[in-house]
Amino acid sequence: MQLKSLKKRDNVLANAKRQLEVLSNGIFQDEELPTFRSKLKTLNLFPLQPKTLEILQINVGYMCNQVCAHCHVDAGPDRKEIMTRETMQQCLDVIIETGAHTLDLTGGAPEMNPHFRWFVEEATKVGVKEIIVRSNLTIITANKKYNDLPEFFKKHKVHVISSMPHWTEGKTDQQRGDGVFNASIKALKMLNAVGYGMPNSDLKLDLVYNPSGAFLPGNQAALEIDFKKALASKFDIQFHHLFSITNLPISRFLDYLIASENYEDYMYNLVEAFNPAAVNNVMCTNTLSVSWDGWLYDCDFNQMLELKVDSPVQHIRDFNKETLSKRTICISQHCYGCTAGAGSSCQGTVV
Amino acid sequence: MSNTYYEPSDLRKFGTITEWSEELGKKFFDYYGSVFEEGALSAREKSLIALAVSHVVKCPYCIDAYTQDGLKRGITKEEMMEAVHAGAAIESGATLVHSVQMMNKYKKLSM
Repeated sequence: MQLKSLKKRDNVLANAKRQLEVLSNGIFQDEELPTFRSKLKTLNLFPLQPKTLEILQINVGYMCNQVCAHCHVDAGPDRKEIMTRETMQQCLDVIIETGAHTLDLTGGAPEMNPHFRWFVEEATKVGVKEIIVRSNLTIITANKKYNDLPEFFKKHKVHVISSMPHWTEGKTDQQRGDGVFNASIKALKMLNAVGYGMPNSDLKLDLVYNPSGAFLPGNQAALEIDFKKALASKFDIQFHHLFSITNLPISRFLDYLIASENYEDYMYNLVEAFNPAAVNNVMCTNTLSVSWDGWLYDCDFNQMLELKVDSPVQHIRDFNKETLSKRTICISQHCYGCTAGAGSSCQGTVV
Repeated sequence: MSNTYYEPSDLRKFGTITEWSEELGKKFFDYYGSVFEEGALSAREKSLIALAVSHVVKCPYCIDAYTQDGLKRGITKEEMMEAVHAGAAIESGATLVHSVQMMNKYKKLSM
């Protein structure tokens, strides 16, 4: 049976407020563990403030062909939230105005937005330096109309970043759904065939590893070596880099942690692995996240927790660089996920 | 609440052993840290050795810790189980090799 989104199931954790309560109660309320705010304060790192805006990360919709067990977006086929062309145009205007070098498209499966290709084409025309598409891979093989995506990506020199929790079928399907591993392998071969991920190719193909369970990712460089070896020897697949990303305790992953009675241990692990050096480079300091309906957030996780930017400007249509640069970043205990160990961001480790 | 000699959450408190003997505790953790660094053996190999030994010395804390450590390193369940069997084989071998002593004694005492 295919999993449904928390929202479709009317699960209490589909409510962002309830998630924030969970993250502030229990071990954090009892002061058994320090809140993220007090942790930053003791190190004189509070409040967190943005640096120069470099990346505009746009969530073009929560619709997805997959229903991954750990998804922080609670995405799935039953989610209908989709960005309009008008909002996309506002995003393009902002990227031109600010000179942010990267447009990072995420979802859901961003390719399922009917204006996705138009958006990429327009972004290329206005000269965005780097366009990232966070592709779940299986979308490429899901339907005939998506089969030419590798060619489309190539035409626009899109940087493809794809999820791959393990090089074995069992562990991948356990997290991402039955059949996902084989479909992903097929899609990776299609990307390799047009030049993506090949040594010295400027068609960048990176993979994202996030743990399939209640544990933190290990050393990124060591995992990259293992992934490369296994994917090359078993499937003749090449890719450039592996980004390891920590699962943040929100949405479906939070639901899993609580249901499997791993929540407390996981939070202990995150707090214990807190690395002050990672704080300086957390992605919320150089990224702004835009939701499908144009609201602004410090990161995609805050978007899912409905923590809008703490600024008089909260929507892309009212964008003001100066005003937004003066804001302080909204935090809660989920932020420990980005500061654990070597740190975690949409570009992998940060230390 | 059940009363047992082992409390899973005690693993988190491992570091507190330094409170009652700071010098020795610190020396132990420094040593421990150095042992598991990348060396002639990879940290991954050492993690599997630690998992096997955890079973042999029957330390539930160590089993929890090194199962989690293996998962973090992308070690598969097949690799973990093979490591446990390597430990188990040595442990049963250690028992069985004593049977040579039994056989020797038997022979010595028998006409």
